[in-house]
Amino acid sequence: MTVAIGDVAPDFSLPDTEGRRWSVADYDGAPATVVVFTCNHCPYALAWHDRITQVARDYAARGVRVLAVNSNDADRYPADSPEAMRERVAREDWPMPYLHDATQEVAREYGARVTPDVFVLDRQARLRYRGAPDGDYDNPRQRAEWLREALDAVLDDTILARPETKPVGCSIKWKQ
Amino acid sequence: MREPDVELLWWEGCPSTEPAAAAVREALAELGLPNASVRMREVVTDDDAREAGFVGSPTILIDGEDLVPAAAEEQIGLSCRVYRRRDGRVSPLPDPDDLREALRRAAQRTEVTR
Repeated sequence: MTVAIGDVAPDFSLPDTEGRRWSVADYDGAPATVVVFTCNHCPYALAWHDRITQVARDYAARGVRVLAVNSNDADRYPADSPEAMRERVAREDWPMPYLHDATQEVAREYGARVTPDVFVLDRQARLRYRGAPDGDYDNPRQRAEWLREALDAVLDDTILARPETKPVGCSIKWKQ
Repeated sequence: MREPDVELLWWEGCPSTEPAAAAVREALAELGLPNASVRMREVVTDDDAREAGFVGSPTILIDGEDLVPAAAEEQIGLSCRVYRRRDGRVSPLPDPDDLREALRRAAQRTEVTR
């Protein structure tokens, strides 16, 4: 299953690294929610991570919420285990919850393919943008500009010129 | 200048194979070895990864030695490899200068012991 632009994205209930559960519906009233599938061990996810966290900080005052979701098979990839996620959050300064999708159902429902894979939802949880944070993992000066454009369009209620881009990164590690 | 033996180990779940191969070929061309061959070896299964000591895609072997020797914490398996650029940034590709220097050293070597 894949969420298409304009569809209402499926809600979920996933635990963060402290065991607190989060859902899209928790943000009832938030003008925009970003769901980003990411992980600990992928160089693309790591290269874009600081840009995404900066977006979370820059847009928090405007009510934007960011949920990071790790859906990788932690049995085959221990670097993505809940414990490793917890250690990473403790070591770094995360402005967003880091959620564990142990069954991988959320990734499947969203149609996430790689890490990072970014989904921007509007106030009604309709998908308004899906794709990469920006056009070059290797260029921090791009500042996740595609994600920022999407958020600006949602917040300003304008037409998004680029609602979909190709997500680039490591394949999600599905359970076998 | 001799032609180094270059092998690129790759896994299909990672999109950095073509950029890595292009970077190797470009570096070889800069050394005056534009026709040097680059062997491509696909790593398909966990067993393949274990057998090859594969810690991620791409892994570039020059005269049989890993361009960036695997660190102890790197796990063998099917994944994209995490490299560090010289400026500290995380990257799915090795630093181009590391690649150029390793190829230059290999090309200037007179004997290769394996």
